[in-house]
Amino acid sequence: MVDILRFRTDEAVDHPAVTVDSFLDQSNATAVRIEPGDDARDLLPHLDRLRLIEINFPTYGDGRGYSAARVLREAGFAGELRAVGDVLVDQIGNMRRCGFDAFEPDQPLDSSDVENAFNRWPDVYQATGDGRVPIWNLRHPGSADG
Amino acid sequence: MYLYDQYDQAMVDARVAEFRDQCQRRIDGKLSEDQFKPLRLMNGLYLQLHAYMLRVAIPYGTLNGRQMRALGDIADTFDRKYGHFTTRQNIQYNWIKLEEAPDILEALAKVEMHAIQTSGNCIRNISSDHFAGAAADEVADPRPYAELLRQWSSFHPEFSYLPRKFKFAVIASETDRAAMRLHDIGINIVRGDAGELGAAFYVGGGMGRTPMIAPLIRDFVPLDQLITYTEACLRVYNRYGRRDNKYKARIKILVHELGAQEYTRQVEEEFAHLLTQGIEPPRAELERIKSYFVDPAFDANAPDVIDRTDPDFAVWVDRNTHPHKQHNYVSAVISLKPVGGIPGDATADQMRLMAELGEAYSFDELRVIHTQNIVLPHVRKADLFTLWQKLVEAGLGTPNLDQIGDIIACPGLDYCSLANARSIPVAQKISERFAASGKGEALGELKLKISGCINACGHHHAGHIGILGVDKKGVENYQLLLGGSEAEDTSLGKITGPGFSEDGIVDAVETAADVYLRERQNGERFLDTYRRIGMEPFKEALYG
Repeated sequence: MVDILRFRTDEAVDHPAVTVDSFLDQSNATAVRIEPGDDARDLLPHLDRLRLIEINFPTYGDGRGYSAARVLREAGFAGELRAVGDVLVDQIGNMRRCGFDAFEPDQPLDSSDVENAFNRWPDVYQATGDGRVPIWNLRHPGSADG
Repeated sequence: MYLYDQYDQAMVDARVAEFRDQCQRRIDGKLSEDQFKPLRLMNGLYLQLHAYMLRVAIPYGTLNGRQMRALGDIADTFDRKYGHFTTRQNIQYNWIKLEEAPDILEALAKVEMHAIQTSGNCIRNISSDHFAGAAADEVADPRPYAELLRQWSSFHPEFSYLPRKFKFAVIASETDRAAMRLHDIGINIVRGDAGELGAAFYVGGGMGRTPMIAPLIRDFVPLDQLITYTEACLRVYNRYGRRDNKYKARIKILVHELGAQEYTRQVEEEFAHLLTQGIEPPRAELERIKSYFVDPAFDANAPDVIDRTDPDFAVWVDRNTHPHKQHNYVSAVISLKPVGGIPGDATADQMRLMAELGEAYSFDELRVIHTQNIVLPHVRKADLFTLWQKLVEAGLGTPNLDQIGDIIACPGLDYCSLANARSIPVAQKISERFAASGKGEALGELKLKISGCINACGHHHAGHIGILGVDKKGVENYQLLLGGSEAEDTSLGKITGPGFSEDGIVDAVETAADVYLRERQNGERFLDTYRRIGMEPFKEALYG
């Protein structure tokens, strides 16, 4: 069983993440937690001093965190992006594609299910900034305009 | 039509394996029903009143003979020898066993079909004009754009847990045959000032309990920015669409509450940002897809005449064929609305026959119409009589397209766990009543649509006459609406007044029809007369 998954080699931040409000108020914290109602773009001016951004999924069905993750990666955030909360094995593949590189689920995940989840799809249709080449670019390898 | 390459096939095969694994984990108890539910829904599997229902995607309503035959075979093997064509141009099977669902998906994958995203809070099957590629009035075939959107929306990682379901329609004609402005996003492919093609975006339409007609938010998106613009529309919705109340979670509510102008401003801002991200497919991909939709090899020398000697055949030709861009061809509509039948149902044998007829007479192509009928898009006029004879023999020759007998009805309380009232028996009674009196023919074009609950799957808001089934203190009750339209003159029907019993609503429809017959002037349709004289004369006749 897997309690925390991390696809990074740097050292994990060892102090708890603070809320977006308290982060913006003051703090020299280097870890922050985004709730579904927070606007990830509020963090953009401060990305260079953040090492960890947690995105909370209070329920797996609330998909705002996927957009928050992409917004942060598109803005160049290179630190750890961790999905926390109701993080289930059938969603982690999509989360990874949106830029998450760490997962801290409320309930531990079965490790063989995790492996399936990340290796299920031979290719992908969309460009999401995760480095995977979309099928339509594989079909037209010479094209630079994709 | 579009054919899978190895990439498309691998994606669908992976989905079958994934769903098989998810079903197994559910059976093993590793997934709770609550966790399994959205997963099965994203594979089109609903738990209905009596059994599981599986909804199979028919992208933009286009399929070939092999696929239609496979749908018939699935009905035989896994269901009760019939299927139900839906208002989303899909087909659904009503008596499915959970443990057999992966096998059905596997059978579908063998003929390049699937049930991906036919339900759930994600981007659904994309619908289009059922006469695409055949109609004389289109500026282009809209289906390549729908196919591009199909690929982009399949397993989109950011948009798999939207606030609510999300429906696209893509057309390319000023004549709207797909209820385009009653979709979450309606796209009309248009020509720009220099003659180049682009996309007009209408966002925030829909039926359901709060019907709205989508406003135009951008009159021209260049085709090499189509996906990027769409992604911007979806991202604003995913971030800001309401999630506190499922009845206010559709994008129409967001657009309405923000105002179309503010929503558009946010989309444009997101769009400007996304243009820097390189998410648009290469232009060559659209060209590749287009190559699958070139015209079939029409026979330029086929005779341009129809022998109308047989009077029944002549009636069918007048009712059920549509002009084709090729002068010696027509598009022929197969009515799935026999008198007293269940709208949209077809038996396994009928599906296989339609497959055969599509192969023999329509360049191996069939379409599903959102009105729950089937089109053979490219039929030589010279073949029509033979085709008609074969249809009549199979109970598929009813000449009632767009008439009062051509009713849209949702499955209603006979199947659906959301319904408040039955739809099918009401449709059957109305169809029988007007066929028996012969008034159906006299009424001409009169689109009647029935929903068994406020969710409006039967499009009652958009019917010239609409019927909404409600529950009134434990008794089924039916409200009557007049004046809706799903065409380019989109309008929403208005409720006449207090509702009626099951038999009462059949009488009420006849009363409304009689008002029209009395009041109509020179060639007016029911809808035209209603728009001219207003609700009062109808109310007077119904309740006076």
